[in-house]
Amino acid sequence: MNFSDFLRNNLVILDGGLGTLLQAKGLKPGEFPELWNITNPQIVTSIHKDYFDAGSNVVCTNTFGANSLKFSDEELEKIIKSAIDNANKAKNTSSSNKDKFIALDIGPTGRLLKPFGDLDFEEAVNIFAKTIKIGAEYGVDLIIIETMNDSYETKAALLAAKENCNLPVIVSNAYGSDGKLMTGASPALMVAMLEGMGADAIGANCSLGPKQLKTVAEELLENASVPVVIKPNAGLPKSINNKTVYDISAEEFAKEMLEIADMGARVLGGCCGTTPEFISNLAKKTKNSVLSEITKKDRTVVTSYTKTVDFNNIPVLIGERINPTGKKRFKKALIENDIDYILSEGVAQQEKGVHILDVNVGLPEINETDLLKSAVTELQAVSDLPLQIDTSSIPAMETALRYYNGKPMINSVNGKEENMAQIFPLVKKYGGVVVALTLDENGIPDSAEQRVKIAEKIINTAKKYGIDKKDIVFDTLAMTISAEKTSALTTISALAKIKNELGCHTSLGISNVSFGLPQRDAINGTFFALALQSGLSAAIINPYSADIMKTYYSFKALSALDDNCKDYIENADSFITAVQNQQTAVANQPREFSSELQKAIIKGFKEKSAELTKELLKTSNPLDIVNGDIISALDVVGIGFENKTVYLPQLLMSAEAAKCAFEEIKSFMADGKTKPSDDYFVIATVKGDIHDIGKNIVKLLLQNYGFNVVDLGKDVPPEIIVRKVAELKAPLCGLSALMTTTVPAMEKTLELLKKETPWCKTVVGGAVLTEEYAEKIGADKYAKDAMETVRYAKEIIKNNK
Amino acid sequence: MSRTVLTHTYKSIPICEKEIFRYLGYKTVPDYAKSLLYECLSEIENHLSYKVCYLELPIKIKDNVCDFELFCVSSKDLANNLKNCKKAVLFAATIGMEIDRYIAKYGKISPTKALMFEALGSERIESLCDKFCQDIKHNSGVNLKPRFSPGYGDLPLDIQQNIFSVLDCNRKIGLTLNGSLIMSPSKSVTAFTGISENDTGADFSKCSLCNKTNCEFRGNV
Repeated sequence: MNFSDFLRNNLVILDGGLGTLLQAKGLKPGEFPELWNITNPQIVTSIHKDYFDAGSNVVCTNTFGANSLKFSDEELEKIIKSAIDNANKAKNTSSSNKDKFIALDIGPTGRLLKPFGDLDFEEAVNIFAKTIKIGAEYGVDLIIIETMNDSYETKAALLAAKENCNLPVIVSNAYGSDGKLMTGASPALMVAMLEGMGADAIGANCSLGPKQLKTVAEELLENASVPVVIKPNAGLPKSINNKTVYDISAEEFAKEMLEIADMGARVLGGCCGTTPEFISNLAKKTKNSVLSEITKKDRTVVTSYTKTVDFNNIPVLIGERINPTGKKRFKKALIENDIDYILSEGVAQQEKGVHILDVNVGLPEINETDLLKSAVTELQAVSDLPLQIDTSSIPAMETALRYYNGKPMINSVNGKEENMAQIFPLVKKYGGVVVALTLDENGIPDSAEQRVKIAEKIINTAKKYGIDKKDIVFDTLAMTISAEKTSALTTISALAKIKNELGCHTSLGISNVSFGLPQRDAINGTFFALALQSGLSAAIINPYSADIMKTYYSFKALSALDDNCKDYIENADSFITAVQNQQTAVANQPREFSSELQKAIIKGFKEKSAELTKELLKTSNPLDIVNGDIISALDVVGIGFENKTVYLPQLLMSAEAAKCAFEEIKSFMADGKTKPSDDYFVIATVKGDIHDIGKNIVKLLLQNYGFNVVDLGKDVPPEIIVRKVAELKAPLCGLSALMTTTVPAMEKTLELLKKETPWCKTVVGGAVLTEEYAEKIGADKYAKDAMETVRYAKEIIKNNK
Repeated sequence: MSRTVLTHTYKSIPICEKEIFRYLGYKTVPDYAKSLLYECLSEIENHLSYKVCYLELPIKIKDNVCDFELFCVSSKDLANNLKNCKKAVLFAATIGMEIDRYIAKYGKISPTKALMFEALGSERIESLCDKFCQDIKHNSGVNLKPRFSPGYGDLPLDIQQNIFSVLDCNRKIGLTLNGSLIMSPSKSVTAFTGISENDTGADFSKCSLCNKTNCEFRGNV
């Protein structure tokens, strides 16, 4: 029998702890257990055999840390081959007459993925792929990915398994005592993400005992439509008289596990501290358990790495602002690769209360695949909202889906055969909830009935790809009523039918309905209300529109979706007008100010600085404002900082206020009448280093002083830095390194810069650097802080001119 | 001797505001800085976790080589720190991933707050280590030497690799080490603390061991 069939019809008993037993046989902490497959095969084999004899159906190979980060290719192949040999020997010599299978065990790499670690997602996929390919080649029955404490790494491992073998895959995560993964995901979230990608069983192991894992088990069972795996520790380890003791016995363990089986878990085993005795007790105790039936949970859920949005709860708001259509300033940001602008749009919309961010960065003149990937990964570093990946480019969509951490929303598919054939395989492979537009080869039908027909066709086609209708959200396409008076009614009627007759969720882009009319918000708000009343599940909206938000919170309150009208009351203020939300920062010395704007910047008032700049732009030349008010304010604060009368936080607050003022000036000039400054300053944290606070501060101040700062981010290889400097003919390049271990990377970068771009002046900074050190590694300048960098940069530019 | 790495999770650790403002460079603390700190604290409070994993190790010191049985390291300063100790506790501590997310997020939208979160995170992890060492001292009635981390004095960062494999940091507390020996989550510490039977050994200053001679805080600690 193959494992998939066995899993479908049986309670599966896994094995127990391996590390603890190897340690008892002499494995030292810090020694690689995987090497014992080769050096002590008889010990490894006998442990596996003990587990089979105790009643395990599945034994996991001794390959937890067998990956190419730790071992050479040659070693890796040898280790995995021996590990499988050992397991096979155990299987063939075991006295047990149960069905027996061998799982290739995959543990975490021990490295954290970008953006918070240094391991690239694709590199992680490759590392897992290598192990899995070897395992599949030498023959195992299934893959078990276990003890993963990061959702993103889990995704990399599962993707590697799906791309490199046809074996069933069990995925098990290590949850902390707060019931979350180290990187923040809940069991429900992991179910959504892993089921979407096609995991065959999903569960939890390690870190906790069976008692503490029960709440995790419960949440998994509530959400999963596949078998649930529970593989706890033997309680928690304690040191008693210098001996390690786990706090529950084999019998207690089995008793707790029986309860978990009765709750519905179907794949059971043990982790750290459990032994063949535990498994033998477990197997006996659950021998007569009635196999619980797995019910299909029809939940439409999208997630980030830490937040889930469930379409069955309340109507979902999708922020539409990350989209260049009709936005000059946004287009400019895209062309200039100004990711920060995109990120601030994301964060601002989150503060306005949206649940999902739509991300569309499509413009003909840019490389959409690269930009969408950066936008998605960088947004995920600053916002915990799920994203809706919105693109018509298939390569861009695939790349974004691949790099996305969680289960995304995908915008969109439609009823055209060709389109479905392109989109559905991606939805199936990466998971996601896809927005389906009710149009096909013949365009958008005039009648609601025909739009429903297209929806039916989409559902049936999706089914052929193995995509359930719960993962499709229909958009019945709002069209302007200025062109066709019944269009809003048709859209709403179609959505009601899809909701009631097909049992599917719906979504609409609200604002199209008012195209060509004055005071569009009025129409949009009412249309939104009508759609919500007809069962609309989600809407792509502008969260800055008071009418939309008013409608949303009122509807929720009126429909008993807002207890005590809490959300309504909390948001009521924002319905009137944008309220001035002043920061209460005050500079700590009295002074005379040359202008109101100068004063606002010195005091660090962000909103006020923006407002005053807007006002000034009506009468003054932008350059006069920059030189007369903004720069003079920054100089005042900068001098104060250097004289130690102003502290760093205050310097930054002023810099942020100045940035808001600049933002107004940039929007004003977005028409392209003025040429951006060509004083390029390329800045980066060097390869291997992931600290960037210092670099970010320098960047902010340089921007304030009018430099065109190109921020390459952190952990940047020398070649990338040099390429950018050469491409821009940048006169200046700033490098940051915080650790002694990354200064060599700085030295290498400086060397390469001197060789390839000799015109470029280099300035370096960071905790471990000193003037002498900087000179030794060949930097033109060591700057002790951000202000010194600014002064140096100004000097260079002045001399160049 | 117990060879199993033990873990401990703290629910909360008392805050030392003074230390946070010291990191920020304040000599006198204005009100706006205090309110900014409280704002940041209220945002992150429920997202911090305080985890430690640790192992007791025997020590033999000879010619500046510290032999911990599971691995050796050559370091004059560590040997000096652990002088007269027969055992040491090796530990790794972290306040978790979330603080890095806040720092990254505000790094993009408000560097002032990012800076505040940096200072706050540094204080949190230092306070966690202090609390952990206090508890060890308190629970076992031993004297502890001041904790000593890779990068202090001449103790090389390479030793992180040994520490990570011995403590199994990833599995125990979710801590990872990257290719440049930098830890993620960033607000994390690994350290040795010597168990001393006869002296309190508080005879060293971190500053005197540090190579960063241009540091503003030098000598103030």
